[in-house]
Amino acid sequence: MAAVAIRVDGLGKRFRLGERERYLALRDVLARAVTAPFRRREGGNGNGAGRAHIWALRDVSFTVGEGETIGIVGRNGAGKSTLLKLLAGITLPTEGSAEIRGRVGSLLEVGTGFHPELTGRENIYFSGSILGMKRREIDRKFDEIVAFSGVETFLDTPLKHYSSGMQLRLAFSVAAHLEPEVLLVDEVLAVGDAAFQKKCLGKMNDVARSGRTVLFVSHQTSAILQLCSRSLWLERGGVRSTGPSREVVAQYLASLQTGTPGTLDAATNRHGRGRVRFTRVWMENSEGMPVEHVMSGERVRIVASYESAGGEPLANSRFSIAVEDMLGQPLFLCDTSLGADDSWPRPASGRVVCTLPELPLNQGRYLLTLFLEAYGEVQDWVTSAVGFDVSEGDFFGSGRQAPSGWTNQCVLVRHKWGFE
Amino acid sequence: MEEALAVAATRAPAAAESHSGPHAVPVKRIVPPGRFWALDLKELADYRELLYFLVWREIKVRYKQTVIGAGWAVLQPVATMLVFSLFFGRLAKIPSGGLPYPLFFYTALLPWTYFAGALAGATNSVVENQRVITKVYFPRVLLPLSAVFSGLVDFAIAFVLLAGMAVYYRVTPGPWLAFVPVFLLLAMLTAFGAGLWLAALNALYRDVRYVVPFLIQFWMFASPVAYPSSLVPERWRAMYGLNPMAGVIDGFRWAITGENPPSIGLVSASATAVIVMVAAGLWYFRRVEATVADVV
Repeated sequence: MAAVAIRVDGLGKRFRLGERERYLALRDVLARAVTAPFRRREGGNGNGAGRAHIWALRDVSFTVGEGETIGIVGRNGAGKSTLLKLLAGITLPTEGSAEIRGRVGSLLEVGTGFHPELTGRENIYFSGSILGMKRREIDRKFDEIVAFSGVETFLDTPLKHYSSGMQLRLAFSVAAHLEPEVLLVDEVLAVGDAAFQKKCLGKMNDVARSGRTVLFVSHQTSAILQLCSRSLWLERGGVRSTGPSREVVAQYLASLQTGTPGTLDAATNRHGRGRVRFTRVWMENSEGMPVEHVMSGERVRIVASYESAGGEPLANSRFSIAVEDMLGQPLFLCDTSLGADDSWPRPASGRVVCTLPELPLNQGRYLLTLFLEAYGEVQDWVTSAVGFDVSEGDFFGSGRQAPSGWTNQCVLVRHKWGFE
Repeated sequence: MEEALAVAATRAPAAAESHSGPHAVPVKRIVPPGRFWALDLKELADYRELLYFLVWREIKVRYKQTVIGAGWAVLQPVATMLVFSLFFGRLAKIPSGGLPYPLFFYTALLPWTYFAGALAGATNSVVENQRVITKVYFPRVLLPLSAVFSGLVDFAIAFVLLAGMAVYYRVTPGPWLAFVPVFLLLAMLTAFGAGLWLAALNALYRDVRYVVPFLIQFWMFASPVAYPSSLVPERWRAMYGLNPMAGVIDGFRWAITGENPPSIGLVSASATAVIVMVAAGLWYFRRVEATVADVV
C-alpha cells in the first residue's frame, strides 16, 4: 500500500450536553457563583457540577493511504462532521490523536467566508484565501473559477443581488479549485439543482482521480460508491465497520430499514430546508390497499404524505421518487417534471401519488428515495428512506421469472426476441 | 489510549505543523489541547496573506455600507473635539499646557478614537466570524489582529486633518515627530492586548458586548483625553501610567506638538503594562481558542 496520508489513533471528542445550543451569559455565571452556597448539589436543571457529557466521537482509529478516496457514511449525529472538524483542526480532540501528511483543505460548507456586501470577484478572493489558497494561486485560477461558476456577467455585482443558485455555483466553484494534498468534504453535494449537482459530482470525480487523498462524507450512497473504493461507517461516535464501499454501504443501508414502516419522522438520513417535509410513505396494491409486499408486474401506487409550515400552495415544486437497489444505487426515477401535469394544483399539505401501471421490478428487496424541491430549494430529501419487498409476479404475462441471480437488483423491461 | 493521551500532551502546541526535511510534506498533528499555549509564529507567518485579506475585507465592507464612507473617520473625532473644546475648554477652562484647545483635544482624540474602534472591533471579531470559525481552520488570533490593523485606515484619514490643523496653528515640526509611530504602535498593542481578552470572553459570555461600550467610556475618563495628565498628582503618575493609553496619549500629544514631554516614569509604566497585557491576552486567548469552535 502507498504511504499513509491520514492516521487516526483512538480519537475522541466529548461535548458538554447543551453546549452547542446555548451560550452562557455572564450574568448566569455570576448568579450561579452567588447562589452556589445555597444550592443543593444534585438538584436543579443539570447545569451544576454533574453536568452531562456526551461523546460525539470515541475510540476512532483508521488509516488512509495517500491518494485514497474514503467515503464516510452514517446517520445524522453519528459523528461524521465532528470527525472532519477534528481532522481539519477546527476543534481539538478530547483524547487520542491524528496525523495528517500534506496540506489539509476542508470543504465543510459551500460559501465559507462569503459576504453579501462584497462583489463576486471580491468574494472569490476572500473565500479562496480563507479556504487556504494563496493569492497567486487564486490569480492563476481566477478565470477557471469564473468559467466553472458561469456568473461572468455579475462579477462586479455585490453578492446580495445574486440568486441563491448563483451564489451556490460561485461558492462551489471556488471550493472545487482548492488543491490541497488532503481534502475533507462534508455533504457539499446536497445543495443546488440537479444539473449543478451532477457537475459537482463530476468535479469531485476529477479530484479523486488526481491523486489527492479525500475523505468524503455524503448521504448519497451512490455518490460514495462512485467515488470511493473504501468506506467507513460511523455509528454513535464509533466505527461500526470499514471495508470496500459496496459492503459497508449495503450494511449501512440495511440498518436504516428498522424503524416503523412508512413513517419518516425518525428518518435520520434526510436533508433540505424543511419548509415542506414528507411525513409518511407507503405502497398500495392494485386494490388500493396499503401493503408492505407488492407483486412484480402489478399496478402499484406509491403514496407519500407531506406537510408544509405555511398554508399557501407549493410554488415551483418538483417531487421525485427514485427506486434503488439495496446499495442505494438508483434503478429508475419517477419525477413530477417528467410524468405530471403541471397545471395540477399542489396543496400546501397533502399526498402525492405516483402510479406505476406495471411494477417493473424483479422479486427482491428495494429502497425508495424521496425528493422534494420547492421555492427554488431542496426542501426535503430522504435517501433510502424505506425498503419494500417485491414478490414473484407475472410481469411478462408468461408466468416466467427472471433467473435467480437477478433477485434484488433487476429492472424488468418488456421486450421481444426473434432470430433472423 | 491513556498512553496516547500522555504522549500527545507533551507535544504542544496542539495541531502544529512541522517540517522534517528539505522537501518534506508538512505533517499536521492533531492532539488534545496541552498545558502550554505558545504562539506559533511560523504558522502565523504562513497565514499572513489571510490576515491581509481579513483586513481588506473589513475595510471594504465598512466603507460599502456607509453613505459618507471615509467621512466617518473624521466626523467622530472632530465632533468630539468641538464639544470638548467648548465644554472642557472654554467653559471648564481645563489647563492645556499652552496648546490651543482644538489641537489639545484632537491630538488625544486621534489615538483614542482609533483605540476605541479597534478594541470594539476586536471584541466582536470572534463572534462575528462564528460561521467561518466552525467551518475552517486558521489561527483565530488573526481575527482580533485584523481589527487592530483595519482601524489604521480611519486613523490615517483622520491624521490628514491633524496635519492640516498643525499647519493652521503653526506647530513647528521637530525630531519628536519620529515618535508618532512608536506611540501608535503602543496604542495598537494596547488594543490588541485588551482585544484578546474581550474577544475570548465575548465568545464565551455574550453579554460582554454590552459591557464593552461602558468599559470604553470609563477607560476614556481614566485616560488624559479631556484633561492633561499633569492634573494627576506627581506621586500617582507612574501608577496612572499603568493605563497604557495614558502613555499613548501623553506621548502622542508631545510627538505632534513638541510641547510637554511625557514623564519617563509614566511612559515606561505604560510600556510595561502593555507587554504584560499582550502576553496575558495571548495566553488566555489561546486557551479559549482550543474550544472556541464548540461554543460560539
